[in-house]
Amino acid sequence: MEESRKIMLKVDGLRAYYKTRSGERIRAVDNISFNLMEGEILGIAGESGCGKSTLAMAMSGLFLPPLTYESGSVFLDGENIIGKKEEELRKKILGRKYSYIPQSAMNALNPTLKIKNFVIDLLKEHDPRMSKKKVLDLTTERFESLSLPPWVIDLYPLELSGGMKQRVVIAVSTLMNPKVVVADEPTSALDVTSQKIVIKLIKELFDEGIVKSVIFITHELPILRHVCDRIAVMYAGEFVEIGETEGIIFNPIHPYSQALMQSILVPEVGIKGKKLPSLPGSPPDLRKPIKGCRFADRCYLAIEDCRKRTIGMVEFDSRKVRCIRVDHIKAKEEVVPHVQQ
Amino acid sequence: MSSNDEIIKTENLTKVFGSGKKAIKAVDDVSISIKKKEVISLVGQSGSGKTTLARMLLRLLKPTAGKIIFEGQDVTNIEGKEKKAYWRKVQAIFQDPYASFNIFSPVKKVLLDAFKLFDNKFTKEEKWRMVCESLEAVNFRPDEVADKFPFELSGGQRQRVMIARAHLIKPELLIADEPTSMIDANLRSGILELLLDLRDTEGTTIMFVTHDLGLAYYVSERLLIMHEGKIVEEGEADKIISEPDHPYTKQLIADVPKLSEEWLLE
Amino acid sequence: METLKLLFKSPKFIAGLGIFVFLFLTAFIYPAVVDKNPFEMVGLMYEAPSSRYILGTDNFGRDVFVELIHGMKTSLIIGLFAGVIATAIGVTIGLFAGYKGGTVDNILNSITNIFLVIPPFVILILITVSLRSRSLAVMGLVLGITSWPWTARAVRAQSMSLRGREHVDIARLNGASVVEIIIREIMPYILSYIFMAFVLQVASGILNEAGISMLGLGPSNVVSLGTMLSWALLFESVRSGAWWAFVPPAITIALITFSLYFMNTGMDEIFNPRLRS
Repeated sequence: MEESRKIMLKVDGLRAYYKTRSGERIRAVDNISFNLMEGEILGIAGESGCGKSTLAMAMSGLFLPPLTYESGSVFLDGENIIGKKEEELRKKILGRKYSYIPQSAMNALNPTLKIKNFVIDLLKEHDPRMSKKKVLDLTTERFESLSLPPWVIDLYPLELSGGMKQRVVIAVSTLMNPKVVVADEPTSALDVTSQKIVIKLIKELFDEGIVKSVIFITHELPILRHVCDRIAVMYAGEFVEIGETEGIIFNPIHPYSQALMQSILVPEVGIKGKKLPSLPGSPPDLRKPIKGCRFADRCYLAIEDCRKRTIGMVEFDSRKVRCIRVDHIKAKEEVVPHVQQ
Repeated sequence: MSSNDEIIKTENLTKVFGSGKKAIKAVDDVSISIKKKEVISLVGQSGSGKTTLARMLLRLLKPTAGKIIFEGQDVTNIEGKEKKAYWRKVQAIFQDPYASFNIFSPVKKVLLDAFKLFDNKFTKEEKWRMVCESLEAVNFRPDEVADKFPFELSGGQRQRVMIARAHLIKPELLIADEPTSMIDANLRSGILELLLDLRDTEGTTIMFVTHDLGLAYYVSERLLIMHEGKIVEEGEADKIISEPDHPYTKQLIADVPKLSEEWLLE
Repeated sequence: METLKLLFKSPKFIAGLGIFVFLFLTAFIYPAVVDKNPFEMVGLMYEAPSSRYILGTDNFGRDVFVELIHGMKTSLIIGLFAGVIATAIGVTIGLFAGYKGGTVDNILNSITNIFLVIPPFVILILITVSLRSRSLAVMGLVLGITSWPWTARAVRAQSMSLRGREHVDIARLNGASVVEIIIREIMPYILSYIFMAFVLQVASGILNEAGISMLGLGPSNVVSLGTMLSWALLFESVRSGAWWAFVPPAITIALITFSLYFMNTGMDEIFNPRLRS
């Protein structure tokens, strides 16, 4: 990462929690900080319940109950979007500068409206002065440049496959050329063939300069390997490791990242003999305050010190790792004994 | 194809849902054969008909046409006692370890219920001893989990209870429908090992039903690739992965993101 | 257990339950403690409320207050009886139809639909007219038999959505019988729903009793809230300005049904995930 590049999104000490019915706080996003550069695709990897989807929602500045903001800031192109009024966010930021694509995005299509009427309604919301013709021209042009058949705008959502619906929603929600797109498991409801097509589309949006930066959230690591410049690994509400893709996938340092990467199963000759990791226990209860390393109870390298104090991110080559045992890991040459390249 | 080492086979098995113009052929003229003690995976995307096929093999769903032959006996239309006897030999593990549990029953009840299959062959003490043994087989301490309710267990633990159930019944064929797809990747190996253990210790034949080609390849000796209701390719796992034959299999393998091969280029 | 606790935090449920329990206890304790015959003519026709008869007297010179309490007891018994019967029939048919599907469902669903399109009041009138003696049990039975269909419908829908669950498959693979599966794997999941339906059935039982009794087809030899209204109607209490003859039973009916509906709404807010705040 050259330092001369512009920071597109700066997340600084972001904390958010869910309020349960009984009044407890589940701290799903706990002190997350990172920079997303212009022209960068960042992957966020983690397993269910690690807080990655919550992070995606919190980054948009829109906190819908029971999600509650606690502290921190999110600078989008230099402007802090935390604390802005919901209406201002919806009118000026979301869709225009920042686009959020959830797993179920395709369900956003109104089943009773043709795609084109849906697009017209949506864009009018952002810019009431735009004429219908202009909206349709813009849409057709964009569909063509993304090699999506433009005639689908005359169809109803029911007439489209799941993969096509997801592509349409992605194309439509980036019509205003948002600077940052955050895609949260955009393909996990699709079969592998549609998955590939949808991811190609996101990559195309990026390659053509329609969107400047992308955050890609998924538990499917092989996808991140092909799409991202950098990957952040999230565990129990925190980033535990962040660095360049190749390094994270093939040479993870944090013991949790190691387990995550070793658990990848792809249909490639050679994986058959591979030993899969088996972590003891389960992730910590985020309702209770946790002292020390959150992974310590499941970590084969944990020592007494790990549980004693708050563990910060340690710089290591071009990587940041939340582990005080880095030196020990580094000393052992074979870090990932089971992943074959 | 019939031989002594075959446990189950289907002959032109077909399932049609609905009728008239709206009829959908979910499973279309499928003839497969599974060998004793093998680990085989039925691989297909959603809508391929793999779950329908599995449910027919389990006799939870009536086929529209065709036959299911289990150990030489036609079991396509058996009912009552014969069906119960069949279920002693053919059992299942399902995808969703949450939905597999009746939320009102503690773990021990889930296991004790399986004794219905054995009528009244065992005394209370024998049943309890077997329940404990099967819980121990999946690395539980019986006194710790027996009285727990499903909501007190994690997804992985629940799936282990379901494997304990399989241990208890000791079926000859176990059909595991996406047994790890709702479990975190780093807990997957525990579940897979326990399943494969069943084959090694009890000689159970295991059929995985999955959409995950990587997982299927990892665990099984043979693969059945299913697409639009038909088995389009079957064979040794290694061979299918390295030299796929059918265009659909080729496409499927190309579309799965891998680690060392380029994926998005075309 | 958690839901039960929440239920008792719901102001609507507590208010509804409070009113209902109060009326229920009054209706059953008062007649047991105070030995007064509601049929005894103690005064003249339509005596206005006074310190002697706090709710005045009716057309036969009977004490309206005593009648009211006894009538409430009768109405509650009939309502509960009708609720139990309607719920039992509706739940049984709904569970079977929903779980079995196919032909069984088609047949049971057709029967349900036939009952749904015939106005229950017509059947009610026809049955009651043809009966020589109408005891409380018979009244409850008749009311229950005519109002089960919508419980059946609602339960069928729920049962249908549950039958595809994996724990049902597991039970089938255990060799469990249809009845076992319905009772153990399906019913517990909709118990709260069934209870809500039961509460509504009790309310409609009480309303229907009042309606049918006003037409003079009420239970024989007892006072009910409906028969009180019927007498008030027959003897022109409205024109005589004797409001005390019809207002108290009308308000009581309203109060009972209102408390039951309130309980139902409170339960709905707790049990129905979509309404949870």
